[in-house]
Amino acid sequence: MPLIKNGQIADDPWIAVAEGETIPATGAVLVPYSVWERQRETLLSRNTPIGIALANDQPPALIEADIARFELIALNFPTFKDGRAYSQARLLRERHGYTGELRATGNVLRDQFLFLQRCGFNAFEVTTPDGAAAWGAALAEISVTYQPTADGRTTASLRRQSRPAAA
Amino acid sequence: MYRYDEFDHTLVSERVAQFRDQVRRRLSGALSEDEFKPLRLMNGLYLQLHAYMLRVAVPYGVLSARQMRKLAHIARRYDKGYGHFTTRQNIQYNWPRLEEVPDILEELAEVEMHAIQTSGNTIRNTTADPFAGVAADEIADPRIYAELIRQWSTLHPEFSFLPRKFKIAITGAPHDRAAIKVHDIGIAMRRGPDGEPGFEIWVGGGQGRTPVIAKRIREFLPEPDLLSYVEAILRVYNQFGRRDNIYKARIKILVNDLGIEAFAEAVEAEWRATRDGTLRLPESEIARIAQHFAPPDYDPVPAPSADFAEHRLATPEFVQWVRSNTAPHKQPGYSIVTISLKPEGGIPGDATAAQMEAVADLSEVFGFGEIRVTKEQNLVLPDVKQFELYALWEALKRHDLATANIGLLTDIIACPGLDYCNLANARSIPIAQQISRRFASLKQLHDIGGLTLNISGCINACGHHHVGNIGILGVDKKGTEFYQVTLGGDAGMDAALGDIVGPAFAEDAIVDAVETIVTTYLEIRQDGERFIDTYRRTGLAPFKETLYAAH
Amino acid sequence: MRLQAVTANRLLDGEVVYLTLAREWSPLLDDCCVVADADAGAELLAAAAKSVQDRLVLDPYLFDIKVDDGAISPMSRREIIRAAGPSVRPDLGRQPVQPEPVWE
Repeated sequence: MPLIKNGQIADDPWIAVAEGETIPATGAVLVPYSVWERQRETLLSRNTPIGIALANDQPPALIEADIARFELIALNFPTFKDGRAYSQARLLRERHGYTGELRATGNVLRDQFLFLQRCGFNAFEVTTPDGAAAWGAALAEISVTYQPTADGRTTASLRRQSRPAAA
Repeated sequence: MYRYDEFDHTLVSERVAQFRDQVRRRLSGALSEDEFKPLRLMNGLYLQLHAYMLRVAVPYGVLSARQMRKLAHIARRYDKGYGHFTTRQNIQYNWPRLEEVPDILEELAEVEMHAIQTSGNTIRNTTADPFAGVAADEIADPRIYAELIRQWSTLHPEFSFLPRKFKIAITGAPHDRAAIKVHDIGIAMRRGPDGEPGFEIWVGGGQGRTPVIAKRIREFLPEPDLLSYVEAILRVYNQFGRRDNIYKARIKILVNDLGIEAFAEAVEAEWRATRDGTLRLPESEIARIAQHFAPPDYDPVPAPSADFAEHRLATPEFVQWVRSNTAPHKQPGYSIVTISLKPEGGIPGDATAAQMEAVADLSEVFGFGEIRVTKEQNLVLPDVKQFELYALWEALKRHDLATANIGLLTDIIACPGLDYCNLANARSIPIAQQISRRFASLKQLHDIGGLTLNISGCINACGHHHVGNIGILGVDKKGTEFYQVTLGGDAGMDAALGDIVGPAFAEDAIVDAVETIVTTYLEIRQDGERFIDTYRRTGLAPFKETLYAAH
Repeated sequence: MRLQAVTANRLLDGEVVYLTLAREWSPLLDDCCVVADADAGAELLAAAAKSVQDRLVLDPYLFDIKVDDGAISPMSRREIIRAAGPSVRPDLGRQPVQPEPVWE
């Protein structure tokens, strides 16, 4: 599946390892939480980047203690209508201070790009190639935000407050 | 009322362009219907029986004359000359063409209106007391907070794909005219121990298939914490609300399953982390919004005038209308007027383009150019000078808008039902029309007194029949329309869900059944008892007896 | 014998339409193609599915009809209303369909 990072299609250096599979000797691996739980020491001893994939019903607090160890966290949208990962993303960024790659996987569509990015996602496994092409346009569609997230955008409220006072 | 600044204008314009492009991509095939449907729902566009239906937001039920004229224009230009005011203070158009909807939205944006999040699994229109800002019994004006919630909830990136729709209501008076206890979040304005403004928060109310009265989650929430607290509730819901079954996906199910204590704990734990963060409302922001709702320039007129007093004595019809259709205003010499959209035999809540224009004009002549929409599907002119009531009444009569039945039996609340709606099992409007004709006598209506009657065409309960004093639910029994009756519902602070009275009635028997219920009430009522008071005293028994004894 | 036809809503304007013999879509119920068995019904639905792909209509389905003296009418109240328009707005009606008795 095409991966978008920084607004372009990017290579994906991560190797996804499923439950029950052997963890390869080298390389950046992306594991589900269950694998992390059982093979934590093995993974840590490898001294290579570790990524973790959370199911959308696994609370971010599960990995709170180890969050600094991950360079990738992948969150999932089983269908685009299931919006649980938006909350997971915001909690990871804003509550647990996660600064690594936050990837949206599953049913990821162009019309959710802006919402996803505002919640803290910075990498997107898209379902269709033209999703990637529309990336820039999708993000530019709405320039006003009413609610603060950790996306760095200034809310309308703050922009109003910093307006010079009316004469 | 709230006036858009450049940020609000930019957002709605960009939203129109975004939807225009989404429609283009749908028509070109770049988007499948499955992908497009949630997007069009987020812009209030449904597909119903006959056509698309567009639900336009009327934030907390407040409209300017200019906006009402635009709504009339849209009815004429893009629809079939009428609109329908809903039980959530919005307006619906029943015949828009998909390819014209972006143009409709563009026209709406010109007058600071939109259809954002009036459908879909999003935070919907936050409704409020239609008498906000003018009611004599008001503690504080809820519109300020309704506007704050509106902005905070609009295009909220975290909460656009909730388990299910989310509805918030807010009241500023002890008499709850916003039905907060049957909302996902209900907010009541309160004063704190030192007189500071704040809120009592209720959660997990709702109607539909599993009606539930809300539970109180917080007795007092200080004013600056409103948005952070509401966001905490939404975050808990978004994460833990059920997604396996759409009939079990509302927050009321989650609150029930966890129990209010456990649910409250989860919310409070989440809120503790955000309370002092970016959502804390600075006084300046509240003041900025509050400015938009400052009282208008009232005339310090003596109340009431001789002209008014004269007609009060000489014109019984006018007297009746004043009794039922006006309410006490906090400003001496003024009244709140409710315009009935329930003429005899009419379709509840429908208004023609001409009527909308008339109301717009009248709001300027008899007020400050402001109109309210009520959840009973009527309109309100909030600032009418008492000495001008007679002139207003005469003007309203000319447009068939002066039926003196507000809060009475024929002020029927009805969903569109099987005549329009894809979800319906039975028609609701013809029942409303028949009941309206049967009880057309104003004298009789006024003698019966305050009584709410709600009709829903299916179990989704958009007619809010669960909280009607008399509730009617249309059901389908082997292809024939039947009507089940509930009694004793109430939408206010003493919120209650109606009790099923017995087996459903055939369509040719339901109006007689309503008459039997009313007759029974008249026979057994004691001094000063409204219908709901009598019911609370006697329960179902006397009504069951008269309704079913003969069979 | 169970008689059926296929109906849908037009994508562009949401209008109620019926699948005709020529596999086109008409707003008139009288133009509908009537089928009497499951195979023919399945064939109609397949043709309708193509129209969905071609972005002409939405959500096509089979519904029951009856034919009396050559006059086609739907069996269910819902489809009668879809064919004729809202029963409470005869002025917005689309076409004459067997009128329902007006009670009271």
